[in-house]
Amino acid sequence: MNRYPLWKYVLIGTVFIIGLLYTIPNFFGESPAVQISPAKTSLKVDQGLLQKVEDALKLADIPVDGMFLDPNGVKVRLASTDIQLLAKDKLVSALGKDYTVALNLVPQTPNWLQSIGAKPMYLGLDLRGGVHFLLQVDMKAALDKAAESTVGDFRMSLRKEKINYYGIERQGQVVVVKFESEAEATKARNLLAKNFSDLTYKISGSDKDFNLTASMSVMAQKRIQEFALKQNLQTLHNRINELGVAEPIVQQQGLDRIVVQLPGVQDTAKAKEILGRTATLEIRMVDEEKSDMATLQKAQAGQVPFGDELYFDREGRPVLVKKSVVLTGDRITDAGPGVNGQNGSSVVNVTLDGRGAGIFKNVTRENVGKRMAILLIEKNSTEVVTAPVINEEIGGGRVQISGMANAQEATDISLLLRAGALAAPMEIIEERTVGPSMGEENIKRGVHSTLWGFAAIAVMMIIYYMVFGGVSVMALGVNLLLLVAILSMLQATLTLPGLAAIALALGMAIDANVLINERIREELRNGNTPQASIHAGYDRAFDTILDSNVTTLIAGLALFMFGTGPIKGFAVVHVLGILTSMFSAVLVSRAIVNLLYGYRRKIEKLRIG
Amino acid sequence: MELFRIKKDIPFMSYGRLTTSISLVTFILAVFFLLHRGLHYGVDFTGGTVMEVHYPTTANIQKIREVLDGTGLKDITVQNFGSSQDVLIRLPVKKDMSIAQLSEKISGALKASDSGAEVRRVESVGSQVGEELYENGALALLLVCSGIMAYLAMRFEWRFAVAAIIANMHDVIIILGFFAFFQWEFNLTVLAAILAVLGYSVNESVVVFDRVRENFKKMRKASAVHVIDNAITRTMSRTIITHLMTQTMVCSMLFFGGETLHNFSLALTIGILFGIYSSVLVACPIAMWLGVSRANLIGDAEKKPKDEATLAP
Repeated sequence: MNRYPLWKYVLIGTVFIIGLLYTIPNFFGESPAVQISPAKTSLKVDQGLLQKVEDALKLADIPVDGMFLDPNGVKVRLASTDIQLLAKDKLVSALGKDYTVALNLVPQTPNWLQSIGAKPMYLGLDLRGGVHFLLQVDMKAALDKAAESTVGDFRMSLRKEKINYYGIERQGQVVVVKFESEAEATKARNLLAKNFSDLTYKISGSDKDFNLTASMSVMAQKRIQEFALKQNLQTLHNRINELGVAEPIVQQQGLDRIVVQLPGVQDTAKAKEILGRTATLEIRMVDEEKSDMATLQKAQAGQVPFGDELYFDREGRPVLVKKSVVLTGDRITDAGPGVNGQNGSSVVNVTLDGRGAGIFKNVTRENVGKRMAILLIEKNSTEVVTAPVINEEIGGGRVQISGMANAQEATDISLLLRAGALAAPMEIIEERTVGPSMGEENIKRGVHSTLWGFAAIAVMMIIYYMVFGGVSVMALGVNLLLLVAILSMLQATLTLPGLAAIALALGMAIDANVLINERIREELRNGNTPQASIHAGYDRAFDTILDSNVTTLIAGLALFMFGTGPIKGFAVVHVLGILTSMFSAVLVSRAIVNLLYGYRRKIEKLRIG
Repeated sequence: MELFRIKKDIPFMSYGRLTTSISLVTFILAVFFLLHRGLHYGVDFTGGTVMEVHYPTTANIQKIREVLDGTGLKDITVQNFGSSQDVLIRLPVKKDMSIAQLSEKISGALKASDSGAEVRRVESVGSQVGEELYENGALALLLVCSGIMAYLAMRFEWRFAVAAIIANMHDVIIILGFFAFFQWEFNLTVLAAILAVLGYSVNESVVVFDRVRENFKKMRKASAVHVIDNAITRTMSRTIITHLMTQTMVCSMLFFGGETLHNFSLALTIGILFGIYSSVLVACPIAMWLGVSRANLIGDAEKKPKDEATLAP
């Protein structure tokens, strides 16, 4: 009766071997590496980049331990941290600023293990060191800004239709237009409602004082907020790319928050500065009279003509741009890739707000045939994003920028136009920094707690329950192995509370084995045969084990749902630990006991203490 | 080896009045300290900044205080942390300064006065984040309680569910009472520990209840009191051994886990110790007083007439 069918042994064996395979990578440690990733989304990660990196390193005579491509870029494994620094310097000068070169660590997992996807556990910031920021996006500011641009739009439309009003202002997020007669107000409402349909309008007042109030619908507010968040995310992505952090995380959290995690970053001041930086977009005219080769060459040598500035476009071509600014980026309300209806080429569609559209119309009318430069200005660098030729007067605030090489470039440029600046101000509301030495110490603490606790439990169990105690310890070992394997497979973030949860999971999982062992003893005491006692012990204990694990599971799930950051890490491990303990304490320990006793004809005595 | 070979059932239920009054007294004391002293919340909840700074030699607390006073920031506390070379600096949220600027200012001042100062950990939390934690913490507690009650009510009976939850909430209050009395810092990991204990010590009640149910099936003639006494006695060995094992692991965390896991393990220790007591000596008497009996536990499958089911304690 204490024999398992073959398939059960095979199942347990298979699970054990898989567990072992996925646990092993955690023991290989990590070696220094450099990671090369494109700074712009238009640049591809491909064999060409790999070749480029290889050539650059060969040229500099840097010994390479290994090199591979992954979706984020090229990783080069190096022998020591000295070589790592040297390689970084050489690569930065060889590849230029199109690529970011970051110091990183890559696991030394053998290739055959990597090929089955076995990786070491993913360590959280408290274990590897780094900075964590939680940023709050000021949604009120985003809405205010939207209302502010509505004021401009209204003014333009009313003036164009020659509707008389004597005042227009923003009150909070509501736009109020003042009229002298109700007839004018009604006329205005009809016009505005047609042009700006996502606002709700109301006329109030009497005598010679009529107010037309326009407020944003809930849908429109939601759209503006979503847009602001998306744009801020994109901007942060772009900026962090410049920081050269190996595996940054930029994620939305909730409706109005962004989490930024920068592993390995120590210089928090720099990180904060970059996150808080404001980039702006400017549209200026290209100085066509002075754009001949000779002047350009002179300008590059330092003789920039008066009233002009020299910038470079994304291909590195010099462009002379007038100093006076036509438009700034906050007049752009949206930008997206599109296709030209006539020739099918890729374009970028830019939407300007009311005031921007007016200025743009005038400027384009006066400068047909000339080039207009779109500049992205950040603290200490200015780049010409694109400099298209003006084909005709452009009114209505919808601008099509042609001259894109392909759809990808159109997408990138629209992103840049949108993401160059923040849509709404952000504030850091949570900061957690952990130094690298602290991280290592935390790992040591967590691992020591687990191992010493495990050892103590093992000794006590074997003394108290002898052979059955030994079986329980083996099952507990399998539990630890499976837990680490699953965490490695899922690549769930392991934090110090997570390590504590591993320890706690083991401390709690032993309960199942204690229950079983006590039950077997009791059955023996009641005068049952050894085989019958084993059978009854496992059988009867199972219900209890199930019930008690379900209650623990409920607590774990609640923690997972409401916890954030480190607590979520604790909850994940806690829940997984309960699941693996069910498997190991019941199935694995039973299998071992079956193998030990199940095939004996006659057992004098069970060695259970 | 076998430590608990008990021949006769221990009449736990006859001590019911005594054990529940002990619980009641500790419970009232815990509530008193909670109300009187309140919890010493960590920055996770209150908002503010904590910085851990490491010095190559013994840190001069007095000098650090002077340096920090020089920044013009108020309400800064400086204390040793772990070793004489480590210092913990705390400061509350400032209205006119973002938390990002605050931590930069402090670390700048410290590095300027002593270049060996190494900021090893910074935790800055804005006040709005802290407020949400209260809410989420309370919600999680509520969810755990109702989830466990629903499960126990389904698997056993509502009387058991109520008894188990009262016993375990009593544990939670007592843990909080300890934290209030000793003014230990109550942070997120402690909250996690409390919720984990809640799930864990319900196990305790489940094991006993399971045995009670089994006994009701086997011991047909016995009274409810007898059945419960027997169930507790039979499971006592397991209860003590299991808790000993779990506590061993927790002690290991207490010794090796460092400061971060210190309060976490403390909360677990109190939870485990009181968990044993309450799940046996509080949950069972309550279940009994609520009138748990063979009929309402085993149900109609046993075809027992209803009126036989009234067994007074």
